[in-house]
Amino acid sequence: MTALSILRLVPDPGRITSGRILFRGRDVTKMTDDEIRDFRGNDVAMIFQDPMTSLNPVTKIGQQIEEAMTAHNRFTPQLAKTRVIELLKRVRVPAAESRINDYPHQFSGGMRQRAMIAMGLSNEPALLIADEPTTALDVTVQAQIIQLMKQLNRELGTAMMLITHNMALVASLCQRVVVMYAGRIVEEGPVEQIFRSPQHPYTWSLLRSVPRVDEARKDRLVSIRGLPPDLSHSPPGCKFHPRCPFVIDRCKVEPEPQLEDVGPMQMARCWVLMRNVKEEDIEAAKESALSKEAAEKLKAPPAEVDGNAGG
Amino acid sequence: MQAAERAPATVVKADPVLVRIEGAYKYFPIGGFGGLAVRAVDGVDLEIRRGETLGLVGESGCGKSTLARLVTALLPVTAGKITFDGSEVSKLRGARLRRVRRKMQIIFQDPFASLDPRMTVGDILQEPLDNFAIGSTRDRKRRVQELLRLVGLNPNFTNRYPHEFSGGQRQRIGIARALAVNPSFIVCDEAVSALDVSIAAQIINLLQDLQKEFNLTYLFIAHDLAVVRHLSDRIAVMYLGKVVETADRNDIYDHPQHPYTKALLSSIPVPDPAVERERAPITLKGEIPSPVNPPSGCRFHPRCPIARVPGVCSEVEPALEPHGAADQMAACHFAGEA
Repeated sequence: MTALSILRLVPDPGRITSGRILFRGRDVTKMTDDEIRDFRGNDVAMIFQDPMTSLNPVTKIGQQIEEAMTAHNRFTPQLAKTRVIELLKRVRVPAAESRINDYPHQFSGGMRQRAMIAMGLSNEPALLIADEPTTALDVTVQAQIIQLMKQLNRELGTAMMLITHNMALVASLCQRVVVMYAGRIVEEGPVEQIFRSPQHPYTWSLLRSVPRVDEARKDRLVSIRGLPPDLSHSPPGCKFHPRCPFVIDRCKVEPEPQLEDVGPMQMARCWVLMRNVKEEDIEAAKESALSKEAAEKLKAPPAEVDGNAGG
Repeated sequence: MQAAERAPATVVKADPVLVRIEGAYKYFPIGGFGGLAVRAVDGVDLEIRRGETLGLVGESGCGKSTLARLVTALLPVTAGKITFDGSEVSKLRGARLRRVRRKMQIIFQDPFASLDPRMTVGDILQEPLDNFAIGSTRDRKRRVQELLRLVGLNPNFTNRYPHEFSGGQRQRIGIARALAVNPSFIVCDEAVSALDVSIAAQIINLLQDLQKEFNLTYLFIAHDLAVVRHLSDRIAVMYLGKVVETADRNDIYDHPQHPYTKALLSSIPVPDPAVERERAPITLKGEIPSPVNPPSGCRFHPRCPIARVPGVCSEVEPALEPHGAADQMAACHFAGEA
């Protein structure tokens, strides 16, 4: 939603109610319709999770990319045509000259995502927003797309904003990370810093709730109890407190804490902060609420329901 | 034949292998000249041992789910033999098949699509009990509540409908339904793939607790290799309808023998920026070929970084043979190299 706000694409009945979104010093929320049209695609482009639903199924791939360029009058139709092939080559689509005449269904998932990226890059935007760009793809294809995005970031100097729930993807692709919870930034900082010493309990839990492929089995994963809050009735105080393993009274009664400096370039929104949590409390939290509950339930012997057919 | 099946009944109990898949094939005809077919499962030999979790991994379209449906007799095999607890499921029909089916259950990927939206949770959980005529009506009601408690849901939710639950809760209902008939074998087909990370962790922990408590055997199918490594005892890797490697979970990650396994493992990013900076993933060329017309010889050769082409790799299909650690098998002419 934050990404959609940047592009001013918030769907009805949603509205950007207050605040500013500055892009190169200009406020996006105050732009006229013409200005915003110019801004989208030209300055900022976005690629989505599912390349099949974001491409037009009855238009040829080449034509769709061309359209993205001519719509902005940035390139003449002739130039746009030659650029299409160039762009597809840049995103490593093999046999680009002939594939511009294919329809999206003739492309595989990975190739479609490449075409989407080519379209996103077609007007040389300063910022590319990628919303879960690899979630729908297989791991081997995901690796290809990650590598491509890294290369493009280096070659073209395009800033990238990656939206994902995949922590491993963040570690491999990003320099800076912003963690959001229930509509608020709860922590931000350089990737190394955040992964090494997360200060917000939500970040801490997220990092420990995913198994790692390079590690032998630990006994259990840290799971975050409960569910994400309903955003129309978010809890008072810190929005994370009902699910936080290190909650104190202050979190429930006082208004939400501010985002404050907690280290070099690192900010967090928390009264407690992980560095103040005692070692034994952290250990206790690893034995998650769920596991304790489950362990108790499992102590009760299961009723025998075998046999006794039709009784 | 029936006599042969019944005779070793007492011996079978001691068999450490619960499910034995021998030379299983499943072709889906798609018509056309020359009888074209999608070769979803194309000659698979695999064992699932009692009490273990076997992880089955591979890219989409490699035949993982089809194999699971063959094992649970939801699809008939084109050829081959699948034995569950001593009885050949691929040959069973009618009442005998139903009896075996009661011992195996499936948990599906999408908790939104796999629960009937017009049935209450109580009805959903009671249906398998009714189906197999287990217990009296009162027993069944009690069992439903117990099942809900077991998976960490409020036992008073029996009158609610699936849409009133979140994704994670629905997956718990799916798990409770699978447990209803006290199975010994559960197939988890991408059971956590559709869930949010924090919720997936809860379900993974629940699956582990239940396995310990009820001595369950799992076939855990997933494309997320980190989750598979976390949950499984042994892992089988599939590529284009065939098993290319099987091994203990640590052996397969520490020293994979098949180049496809290697590439698959190296393509997964690790949630640690320090590790990521040093890592040089092996990126495979292209994508998985069509299972209608798989490549000659070793199916992986067009994408393989160490293939000798033209040569043995494009001409001879490698067999699944012991390589590397004890209990490790790989189907590659140059297993362990590169």
